Amino acid sequence: MSLTNEELLEMQRRMVRIRRFDERASKMVKRGQIPGTVHTSIGQEAQVVGACMALGDDDYMSGNHRSHGHPIGKGSPLGPLMAELVGKSGGVCGGKGGSLHLADFAVGSLGESGIVGSSIPIATGAALSSKVLGNGKVSLAFFGDGAANQGCLYEAMNLAGVWQLPVVFLCENNQYALSTPAHTVTSGVIADRAAGFGMPGVRVEDGQDAMAVYDAVSTAVERARAGDGPTLVEVVTYRYNEHSEGLRLGTDYRNADERTQWLERDPIVLFRRHLVETGVATDEEMDALEAEVLDEVEQAFQFSQDSPFPDPEVAFRDLYTEPIGVTS
Amino acid sequence: MSAQRTTRITLAKGLNMGLRRAMEDDPKVLVMGEDVGKLGGVFRITDGLQKDFGEDRVIDSPLAESGIVGTAVGMALRGYRPVVEIQFDGFVYPAYDQIVCQVAKMCYRSKGRTPMPMVIRIPFGGGIGAVEHHSESPEAQFAHTPGLKVVACSNPVDGYWMIQQAIASDDPVVFLEPKRQYHADKADLDETTTPEPLFASRVVRRGTDATVVAYGPTVKTAMRAAEAAATEGQSLEVVDLRTLSPLDLDPVYDSVRRTGRLVVCHEAHVNLGMGAEVAARVAEECFYSLEAPVLRVGGFDTPYPASRIEEDFLPDLDRVLDAVDRSLAY
Repeated sequence: MSLTNEELLEMQRRMVRIRRFDERASKMVKRGQIPGTVHTSIGQEAQVVGACMALGDDDYMSGNHRSHGHPIGKGSPLGPLMAELVGKSGGVCGGKGGSLHLADFAVGSLGESGIVGSSIPIATGAALSSKVLGNGKVSLAFFGDGAANQGCLYEAMNLAGVWQLPVVFLCENNQYALSTPAHTVTSGVIADRAAGFGMPGVRVEDGQDAMAVYDAVSTAVERARAGDGPTLVEVVTYRYNEHSEGLRLGTDYRNADERTQWLERDPIVLFRRHLVETGVATDEEMDALEAEVLDEVEQAFQFSQDSPFPDPEVAFRDLYTEPIGVTS
Repeated sequence: MSAQRTTRITLAKGLNMGLRRAMEDDPKVLVMGEDVGKLGGVFRITDGLQKDFGEDRVIDSPLAESGIVGTAVGMALRGYRPVVEIQFDGFVYPAYDQIVCQVAKMCYRSKGRTPMPMVIRIPFGGGIGAVEHHSESPEAQFAHTPGLKVVACSNPVDGYWMIQQAIASDDPVVFLEPKRQYHADKADLDETTTPEPLFASRVVRRGTDATVVAYGPTVKTAMRAAEAAATEGQSLEVVDLRTLSPLDLDPVYDSVRRTGRLVVCHEAHVNLGMGAEVAARVAEECFYSLEAPVLRVGGFDTPYPASRIEEDFLPDLDRVLDAVDRSLAY
């Protein structure tokens, strides 16, 4: 379970990628360069990357509307992701998925979905395929504290428990479903609900600590791969930005003190300090890494601008593999 | 080519044989659903399949339709061809989100990278003395969803071929089975013949005075109406739509251009049902051939009623003939 220095640096690199990618995306929304809105993972980088690094390259994952962090955490190149946000033909879904569906199937994505909770049974199905095939692949379903109250989560947990499927249910508890505080709508502790399905439930209290997330998810992944069934992992974290960029709710549902406290435990700052203090890298090397990522994001932006918009005809394609006449 | 081999089968048997053959032909075909394994399904459509193909390929699932269909999506993404059984029509609604938001859209939103080769089998329609949830006709809700294909079989031979064709399709197919026909009539199946394409309508009775379009359980009603009308000197042409999305209306247009009159018959509620779409398209294509307005015969716009009055709710011989008379008298 211990990571090599190279892997530790890759973990930091992916976290910085998510931060800079989403900061750029936020600016692009404000400048009208991205139609509609985006949901950023800023503040949740340790929770996303800690989980993704615990998976193998061939393992599967499914996500949700906050869909940028997951593929980046799993190692996707940034250009096609950025182009997808802009709706360009070079996008990871050819411009037809948009911000809510940054699904890079090349890194094991099973699709991202704007319907909260909806992708959890799909990850469970991929785990069923792994079990039938005996190929040892693990499936991880990302979902938020809001989705934790959707019925399909419990349908999927029951299926996974009774069939002992290699799946990890990963609750990204950023404590707010849009404006609704989780504690006002959630009975009990989410992780404790695992007990009802006869599976381990683990709560990572400090989701800003990438290694704590990595360790918890690694244990779950190893358990799944060994054929010992599913695990529910709840990671407590915090999103810095509004639910979505540009959203003006006109009400302060999060108090300033709370926000300040979380900002003081920034996952990227914490992990950088850890890497420097343990001698994995020097401050200069970390500066260089951050500069490289900024350059990557700039190149991704350039890629998104250079990529052509899809032909309007594309709207009538790919509805079916065997086309039927689509009426306008 | 093997020698002709004729078997006399019910619709239930045809579907069972078709499923069996699809599973023999392709090891990636799986059957999932409530009580489909050991029991063989409440209507026995999957009878014997688990015994012969094992628990990994005929999977008894929990009572959780959203979980079943969602899991099937995950299996389809990994190269399987799941065939999901929804136990009764009304039980499909808990899975509606998965069908409409995932099954129907996965291929499109991924720009064709992730086809959804799955079949969702739904026993539909009434006439078995059950109540709402067990007697409904939700086809228009799925035909209204781009990304799904929707078909309805009406007879044993179609059941055998159409289920295999639906499973072989790389696109998701909602497969509607008229449950009251499962064990009603027998027909001769010759497994050595070549079936018609899946997404094609068929003229099942030739006639000259008026056209009656039906699908699923009402095909039998329409045929009986045509026989009764013939005794009074009226010649009705009957078209079995078979495919509801995509619609294949060329045979209907051809027919209406000859007869000038059209009655559409289904069990589903008339308001915004399949009949409305057929009527609109026929009006667009055959306006100058029509001698009378297109009429619709269907379920009333109420929830499916208690079983003691379902015979009043379902379109029957008399209501079809009444519509034909009104059309002819126009």
